[in-house]
Amino acid sequence: MPFLESEEENLPRRKGVLIMDEKTVRRALTRIAHEIIERNKGAENLGLIGIKTRGAYLAERLAKIIFEIEEVQVPLGFMDITLYRDDIQTKLDQPIVQKTEVMFDVADKIIILVDDVLFTGRTIRAALDQIIDFGRPKLIQLAVLVDRGHRELPIRADYIGKNIPTALNEQVVVKIQEVDGEDSVTIEKEKRK
Amino acid sequence: MKLKSRHLLGLEGISKEEIGLILDTAETFKEVLERPIKKVPTLRGVTVVNLFYEASTRTRISFELAEKRLSAELVNFSASTSSVKKGETLKDTVKNIEAMKIDMVVIRHQSAGTPYFLTQCLSSSIINAGDGAHEHPTQGLLDLFTLREKYKKIEGLKVVIVGDIKHSRVARSNIWGLKTMGASVAVCGPTTLMPYEIDKMGVGVYSNLDEALRGADVVNVLRIQLERQKGGLLPSLREYANEFGINSDRLKRLNPNFTIMHPGPINRGVEITPEVADGPYSVILDQVTNGVAIRMAVLYLLSGGEGKVE
Repeated sequence: MPFLESEEENLPRRKGVLIMDEKTVRRALTRIAHEIIERNKGAENLGLIGIKTRGAYLAERLAKIIFEIEEVQVPLGFMDITLYRDDIQTKLDQPIVQKTEVMFDVADKIIILVDDVLFTGRTIRAALDQIIDFGRPKLIQLAVLVDRGHRELPIRADYIGKNIPTALNEQVVVKIQEVDGEDSVTIEKEKRK
Repeated sequence: MKLKSRHLLGLEGISKEEIGLILDTAETFKEVLERPIKKVPTLRGVTVVNLFYEASTRTRISFELAEKRLSAELVNFSASTSSVKKGETLKDTVKNIEAMKIDMVVIRHQSAGTPYFLTQCLSSSIINAGDGAHEHPTQGLLDLFTLREKYKKIEGLKVVIVGDIKHSRVARSNIWGLKTMGASVAVCGPTTLMPYEIDKMGVGVYSNLDEALRGADVVNVLRIQLERQKGGLLPSLREYANEFGINSDRLKRLNPNFTIMHPGPINRGVEITPEVADGPYSVILDQVTNGVAIRMAVLYLLSGGEGKVE
């Protein structure tokens, strides 16, 4: 992947510890898919909503795995939570708003919210508010690839790919095939510029 | 990517990338307007004043809805029911309003340059909602958005703006915006309603409508501003309708996939016949729908805080 290599060259050298690779990411997602089906006694009445950007692709993969197991096509939606952020007035640049595409009715469904990293919980708070503005789901569960701790709100995940205890000055970098050309989770010491 | 200025005074000098950003953002907001709850909490705590010194239906309601759907606080002001009647100056009026702690001002005024004047005496963000014969940037943007929605790109479109170019802020904002986005623009109207040196804006100038329409993709029909026609610039409205009115006969000279636009309000039977205005090629009501999304995008992009980017 020439694009990634050249990008790496421009970044300052920093120690990255590989926590998950392609195989472990796939196994974690497969396990989560099974857990979702088990906890909800099947895949009927489910709806998957991925938080953009990487959570959206993870939700897409979960839908695929659930279909392979249960042969049920779970409705899939993508959400951009920018408009529901709590720090929008304090930022210098307004973040670019991406499209939210939730084409199915969330009312009375079991919604599985999917994101890559669970950190402060603020993104999830914004996503919960947005889902509830779309309708009244029966319940909402949260699936994340990585839980890195340091919550600032009383929020927890129902399905976790991997618990990674971190220090605040560390950065958890999730790369996924569809965006970054590879599946990996690494911890880096200093915050990326 | 962000807007260079914290005010929107006109489309003159706004780059292609900035216009692209506003149009892309408006697409997101258009989706918000399709939701069961057409409201997002984005501008909670932001106070916007709508300062209207001139009559308006569409622009004013459109801004109001845009503000409400972003959860902003809003205050309406119209000159006719305020202390302007007692002789309070514009500067005193806005200074007093700003003293009540506001963040953004949307202003429409009969004098060109008023929004710029406000940027000099206030610290709020200023959005021009039409100033004299100068600019009406959100109208220009919503016209661009409507065209991009229909044709996928604006580059290469042939647009004819017909009517009272002299008094039209809509024409000026459209010309700036369309030229920046790569469309070719022509203006057409009676010589008395054509400003001097309009060709310097890089547009074709016609006084014969049929010539102007040849091969055009889009006709943007301007309103004959009856309130500004006291000076004998037109012999009669009937003569104008005959020479420059858009009727179904004239449309035969257009490309098959053409579009009729009008910023409203329509003088039916003067600049456009009812069957054209309500016909299949008209996007007049789409323009109005898109106006709310565009104004939400502008309010959102101009409302950034002063904190750090994460």
